[in-house]
Amino acid sequence: MSILLNSESRVLVQGMTGSEGTFHTQQMIEFGTNVVAGVSPGKGGSQHLGRPVFDSVAEAVIATGATVSGVFVPPAFAADAIMEAAAAGLQLVVCITELIPVNDMIRARAYLSSRGARLVGPNCPGLMSPGERSKVGIIPNQNGRPGPVGVVSRSGTLTYEIMQSLAAAGFGQSTAVGIGGDPVLGLSFSDVLELFATDPKTELVVMAGEIGGSDEERAAELIGRGYPKPVVGFISGRTAPPGKRMGHAGAIISGNTGSAASKVAALERAGVEVADTIEQIVERVTARLRRG
Amino acid sequence: MKLLEHQAKAQFRSEGIECPMGRVARTPGEAESAARELGEVVVKAQVPIGGRGKAGGVKVARTPEEARAAASQILQMEIRGYRVPAVLLEELLDIGRELYLGVTLDRDRRRLAVLLSFAGGMEIEDVAERTPEKIAKLWPDPFSGPLPFEIRQLTLNALASAQGEQILERSRLLNLMVPLVQRLYQLCQRLDATLCEINPLVITRSGQLIAGDGKVEVDQNAEYRHQDLVRELGGDAEAASSGDDQLEVEARRRGLTYVHLGGDVGVIGNGAGLVMNTLDLVKQQGGSPANFLDIGGGAKAEVVRQALEMVLLDPEVKGIFVNIFGGITRGDEVAKGLIQARDELQIKLPLVVRMTGTREEEGRRLLEEAGITPAVSASEAARRVVEMVAGASR
Repeated sequence: MSILLNSESRVLVQGMTGSEGTFHTQQMIEFGTNVVAGVSPGKGGSQHLGRPVFDSVAEAVIATGATVSGVFVPPAFAADAIMEAAAAGLQLVVCITELIPVNDMIRARAYLSSRGARLVGPNCPGLMSPGERSKVGIIPNQNGRPGPVGVVSRSGTLTYEIMQSLAAAGFGQSTAVGIGGDPVLGLSFSDVLELFATDPKTELVVMAGEIGGSDEERAAELIGRGYPKPVVGFISGRTAPPGKRMGHAGAIISGNTGSAASKVAALERAGVEVADTIEQIVERVTARLRRG
Repeated sequence: MKLLEHQAKAQFRSEGIECPMGRVARTPGEAESAARELGEVVVKAQVPIGGRGKAGGVKVARTPEEARAAASQILQMEIRGYRVPAVLLEELLDIGRELYLGVTLDRDRRRLAVLLSFAGGMEIEDVAERTPEKIAKLWPDPFSGPLPFEIRQLTLNALASAQGEQILERSRLLNLMVPLVQRLYQLCQRLDATLCEINPLVITRSGQLIAGDGKVEVDQNAEYRHQDLVRELGGDAEAASSGDDQLEVEARRRGLTYVHLGGDVGVIGNGAGLVMNTLDLVKQQGGSPANFLDIGGGAKAEVVRQALEMVLLDPEVKGIFVNIFGGITRGDEVAKGLIQARDELQIKLPLVVRMTGTREEEGRRLLEEAGITPAVSASEAARRVVEMVAGASR
């Protein structure tokens, strides 16, 4: 098992014929993902990477029974693509695109909530369930290894690092989810933690947060109320000054909210072990899982 | 992009939000003739930051001569590092009461929030901290915008915690607030703003609602849709960024994601989270990071060179730590880029490179052959660069 994505998932890629879409769809297929279609308005009827291309998500869903969408379209069109996927009845939409205007995302997010569809991202690396040979997004294939650790992170490269370091120590992942670095996101840490809680394959969760917003604090509240699995926490941006955007649009301490200190304190209050370095994450995971 | 007050107010007016009569002046002479038209005025420095009143950037002038003198003074000021490109002269308002009205991004709710408070005129962050009950909030559906009954309820909620004299009859206040809030919300959406704020929102003795000040921040990701505003900022743009960190201004010009932090260890990495973590590692090892610089995914040699060049513009930098996690990026390519850049830019400072991932061994061998310190572990690399920098400054 895994969360959100498994070997049954039938994936379509919006923007598959673009250069990013092409490269990453190839990688997804190599990983074993069941990619069933691409969507590029105006290119319907053609074939790309051995998959049929459709003009609209609705057409692709009818023809292929797709259940999940990966969105690789440019920022100006991404929010519309997300809403199109939800309107066509897809239950999971994964948006990789960075630099989407915030107000576009506010609308897309409201639209999805009203239709019960889940969104991962945007500005995220997507997700990967190695034991199910399925990924949607850009997590490098070589970093996936089946195992008992659920990984949820706001950052891309940091997710890969954590996955690789854990794998080197012998721990693979049930599912790794990059929820994204934007201020307005789909799934939050809490949402993903709730999914991991009931996944039988996930024995422990590594949660890697960063400065900005208060999703980590909300997650700490959830864990504090009683969480069935051990959680190892990690917060980056401890040296970030207030008011400066640290690369991610969402990584900014504004006023009194979003500091690393506040997040670390909230997690520790909830009984989460917070690691200072990636090496420490591995040590804590090792201690927890070896202890049984 | 932050609009200056006069630009924000021009936007307010175009949406039908009432503002005081005003004129922009760039010289004392212009200020004097504006005051001849307007009568008694307040002369306000046009800078993209708060606290200008305390800094002496707002003055009342009773006569055109006074307006000229005030403008002459203010135009020569530097307010918290920002030059003043212009002053805004506005008619004096007969202030009865000051409110706060803002539309701003609420990350937790993933929506724009409308905030209304009768504790206007103060920084809303201070009100939020000390007396949060004095701020009424509304999170409209982004497709419908705030509905009239929601705005009335918002107003009633704000009134419930308001103290002191009410200038307006409740029915008139409710009637005035509905279109005002709708217009401000619409403006926020139209401009792709993450903040549209009226503070103070003045209730005049004669019962009008007028925007005393205006703050608008346009989402950086949406600036491509608002080239007209970017152009309008035109000549003021340079002054508007004059108080910003000049290294950051230069980095923006070069299109790099860079934040100046003031220490002496230059940091370059790929991925925002990874770079933030790299800064933390430097600090943990007792060092002080000079900057944040994210070169993003799939970095090519040229990007690596530009990044090194940028970091070296900071005279405080005594050593550089490059932290690359190779996914799609190949270690050998990054190594080649680094070596080439070091030779071209003749970098003599300690350079520690930690790379892992695809083709890391080839990359490390290339670096070693070129005399650049490679490392596998990021903590180890951080320790080494901090030591080398400490050694170099002794």
